[in-house]
Amino acid sequence: MNGTIEAPTIEYALLAPLLVVFGAAIVGVLVEAFAPRYLRSAIHLPLTLLSLAGAFALAVWQAVKGVPTEPAAMGAIAVDGPALFIWGTILILAFASVLLIKDEEHFVGAAAAVPGSAEEEQALVERAAHTEVYPLLLFAVGGMLLFPAANDLLVAFVALEVMSLPLYLLCGLARRRRLLSQEAAVKYFLLGAFSSAFFLYGTALLYGYAGSVDLVKINQALGSVGGQDTLLYIGAAMLGVGLLFKIGAAPFQSWKPDVYQGSPTPITALMASGTLVAAFGALLRVFWVGLGGLDWDWRPVLYGVAILTMVVGAILAITQTDIKRMLAYSSIAHGGFLLIGVIATGHTQAENTSALTGLLFYLVAYGFTTVGAFAVVTMVRDAGGEAWHLSRWAGLGKRSPLLAGVFAFFLLAFAGIPLTSGFFGKYAVFQAAVANGATPLVIIGVVASAVAAFFYVRVIVLMFFSDPAADGPSVVLPSRGTAAVVGFAALATVVLGVFPQPVLDLAHTAAQSLFVR
Amino acid sequence: MEPAEIIQHSGGAIGAAWLMIALPLVGAAVLLLGGRRTDKFGHLLGVLMAVASFVVAALSFVQLLGFAPGERRRGIELYEFIPGLAKMGLLVDPLSISFCLLITFVGSLIHVYSIGYMAHDPNRRRFFAYLNLFVAAMLLLVLADNYVALFVGWEGVGLASYLLIGFWQHKPSAATAAKKAFIVNRVGDFGLLIGIFTIFATFHTLAFDGVLANADKASSGTLTAIGLLLLVGACGKSAQLPLQSWLLDAMEGPTPVSALIHAATMVTAGVYLIVRSGPIFQGAETAQIVVTIVGVATLLAGAIIGTAKDDIKKALAGSTMSQIGYMVLAAGIGKAGYAFAIAHLITHGFFKADMFLGAGSVMHAMNDEVNMRKYGALRKVMPVTFVTFLIGYLAIIGFPLLSGYFTKDGIIETVMEHNAVLGWLAVLGAGITGFYMSRLVFMTFFGAKRWEPTAHPHESPAVMTWPLIILSIGAIGLGAFLVLGNRFMTFLAPAVGAPEEMPAFHPFSPTGLATLALVAAGAVFAWLKYGRAEVPALAPRGSFLTTFARRDLYGDALNEALFMRPGQWLTRLAVFFDNRGVDGLVNGLAAGIGGTSGRLRRVQTGFVRSYALSIFLGAALLAGAWLVVGNL
Repeated sequence: MNGTIEAPTIEYALLAPLLVVFGAAIVGVLVEAFAPRYLRSAIHLPLTLLSLAGAFALAVWQAVKGVPTEPAAMGAIAVDGPALFIWGTILILAFASVLLIKDEEHFVGAAAAVPGSAEEEQALVERAAHTEVYPLLLFAVGGMLLFPAANDLLVAFVALEVMSLPLYLLCGLARRRRLLSQEAAVKYFLLGAFSSAFFLYGTALLYGYAGSVDLVKINQALGSVGGQDTLLYIGAAMLGVGLLFKIGAAPFQSWKPDVYQGSPTPITALMASGTLVAAFGALLRVFWVGLGGLDWDWRPVLYGVAILTMVVGAILAITQTDIKRMLAYSSIAHGGFLLIGVIATGHTQAENTSALTGLLFYLVAYGFTTVGAFAVVTMVRDAGGEAWHLSRWAGLGKRSPLLAGVFAFFLLAFAGIPLTSGFFGKYAVFQAAVANGATPLVIIGVVASAVAAFFYVRVIVLMFFSDPAADGPSVVLPSRGTAAVVGFAALATVVLGVFPQPVLDLAHTAAQSLFVR
Repeated sequence: MEPAEIIQHSGGAIGAAWLMIALPLVGAAVLLLGGRRTDKFGHLLGVLMAVASFVVAALSFVQLLGFAPGERRRGIELYEFIPGLAKMGLLVDPLSISFCLLITFVGSLIHVYSIGYMAHDPNRRRFFAYLNLFVAAMLLLVLADNYVALFVGWEGVGLASYLLIGFWQHKPSAATAAKKAFIVNRVGDFGLLIGIFTIFATFHTLAFDGVLANADKASSGTLTAIGLLLLVGACGKSAQLPLQSWLLDAMEGPTPVSALIHAATMVTAGVYLIVRSGPIFQGAETAQIVVTIVGVATLLAGAIIGTAKDDIKKALAGSTMSQIGYMVLAAGIGKAGYAFAIAHLITHGFFKADMFLGAGSVMHAMNDEVNMRKYGALRKVMPVTFVTFLIGYLAIIGFPLLSGYFTKDGIIETVMEHNAVLGWLAVLGAGITGFYMSRLVFMTFFGAKRWEPTAHPHESPAVMTWPLIILSIGAIGLGAFLVLGNRFMTFLAPAVGAPEEMPAFHPFSPTGLATLALVAAGAVFAWLKYGRAEVPALAPRGSFLTTFARRDLYGDALNEALFMRPGQWLTRLAVFFDNRGVDGLVNGLAAGIGGTSGRLRRVQTGFVRSYALSIFLGAALLAGAWLVVGNL
């Protein structure tokens, strides 16, 4: 019959990890609506953790069972090796972030109350707590999972928004320094919307060029459509702006320090690890699968972006006096190093595999260390909440040597000192880049690492070789969740630094299937 | 006979050989991280881990004996550290298992002894943690199947040695001695490191398997270079000339440390390195000659130093230098000498540890007095210590049928066959050994009491005497067991090779008789001077030769004149240039980057409108760049 729409075929089993997370998020909303206030926390926490763990188990099962070679859901979502690897990474990182969130000290009691108003006082007295955090976070995580797996540009756009909208909200929920937090949320929202517009505009232009939003079809069109090159180039560039914005590559990095600083620290941890991983996954897919035939053109452009990103990140970090801002700039610089891995892709399967292996390993290594570092930041507090100013960290090593030692270790991992995971991450990416002839880029990367090492070591020197201030911050006894996150992150950083082979092998296996084209 | 092939192995005690390393490492970690909470049982845990390690070693040994001789080199792959560059694996073969047994057995005894010796030390737990760390590192050194892991163990024992020499760091002399040991070892380690680099550049691998089997394919010039560099490393670790100066000062550490690290095990690592790298040295005759010269020079120098020391531990340290000189000498000869070098290493491990622990027992009784001029007549008050020490003494001077007689004379005979000049020098060394060891025994246990008024010597507790007794049993019988019937040489042959013709044992060869005669003469001379005659409480001035020996043959003066003072000048010069030239450049650069950072920072205004503008401009830039690149 004419006019009927055929129901799309959807491989539910393949998409199970996604569906679990989204399903749990919706259940979370229902809990928020119907469960009594005093029960909500008790329901949300196990629900969230279990759904993340369940999704992780499903993703592992998927990988063990064998990676499909065809995209799922009518070609809209590709569940391939890299996607599964990235899913696993994001789910673990999100799990860690939830453990940090559990400590309700971080979140405002009543977000709608004007900072400093009577209502806020009232909410504090009543010990009210927002539990919307949990479903919001699950939606964001769902978006993060969908984003790198999206095989067509519209799905990618939807995923981008599903990921970003909850994050905008979450940014504004900090319990302390409310104005800063709300300012960060608004900034993130405005700039995020701005960059999404670029992404959408790029999608439209590419549709105009190729007649499809499907990445595979766009790639096929690259060879066959002639005379529309301007449309293609500008479309691809606009798409790139949207993706590079999420990564925080220069010159689209300006939101990062402000947003990272203002957000509740557990949310910063999630953004700095999970969002970065997801955005890199999506960037790789769009540029390899969708614009794979155009690599002669995008490689030089990304070359420039990578250099600018590394230099801006490393140099601006030097003069930061706020620990969270410093970590934000460090994240920018690391984004630059990761871009080297994207550029290191070559034309043969082996070259691509080695570059992708390095990149995936780097993402895991950096993600874990980042979550650990922000977890430490949540524990160093004074009367006004977390002590962010670097001068307050002076002499921390004398006061709580263990915590300062662990943090110093994370910083060394960021700097890429051997026997930490950071070293092997950089090594793997740089090695692939050298093998593919991007040696000048690697040299700049190494110089930027050296500059970056300065400000990491400066914090270490400050912690261990300065005298603590008399009224310095105290280190709170961590909750079990926070302690577990710090311990796990430290362990991962050591293990990946001393014994990287299993994860390298895993990344290699994931990378071997490459992206489904 | 050539060394056998390495066979990949899994299962059984050998498959679990990594436990040997892991157990003491866990012990060290628990004791160091556990802090004061582990004070109560720290020493017991330390002992337990050492003994457990010994059990694994013994079981591995039994399993190894179950294989045919040609199949006794078992490789165990653990994991790949850096693909294509470094694999982490262990090699259990007759050579490494001999070391493992020595290290864990003597190590366990010394752990037990330390319970008593360190009973009153507030930091006893830390001491045991370091001892465990040492055992783990030493086992890694000998079990590694490649030069990287060997180097890790090599540095690990260096670290443990540093920590233990400076264990009583409140004494400036101990802190200085620890630093000295560390710095001198650094010179040796650097040689070893460059040697390893050269090996990698030549063979493109660092596994013993790949390097040693292909040694004959490299040019003799390369092999000579590698051999000499490895020798530098061996000299540093084994206190051979010219890197010997640290060992005498290292006696500042607690006596069990001197016994375990600076007599029985760590200082023999150089011998292990030379024997293990045998195929490299066999392809480089020059390097072999240098090894023998270093060995013979050190054995004489150590013996001469031993004659003039009044400090009982320093006299023993001189003797250690000298005995390791013998081993290095034998190892330099090649296949004919390896078995004797290692056999002497093992028996020396027993009798020297025995004597060091005996010296510790004496010090324990004499309020930590080390000056032998204040000892005398201790044989009656400390009978067990005396008897066990006497056995060790007889073993080291080569009294017939005791351990040293078989192993040291084996070395001397082999050297004599190889080169008469070296042989006679080795005999001379044995004579001097007879003198200084007799001197030590007479001054300590015989003669008149010269004790300080506060000293009330007594026999040590059982926990200290039992290790002495067990070690002295080894000092009696081990030599005969190893050497008679070429038992040890046959056992070792699959690992290091063996000469075509097994040496026959002549109980009274001319060389052996000459050695015995010289030793006897030395002992009699010592009796005349220190046994029968009265020992003055203050050392007489002596001739210039005595001074020469007392000042460690001017080794320190030489180091100071040749290296320290020019080094200090060089440092001053470098500091001058650094302040004037380099700092200007570097500070300028740093200020430049900092300034850029400060200026760039102002772009971060905090206004969302300017951020949006920057994104917009960035997008324009990106699109523009893309258009330009795309249309090229």
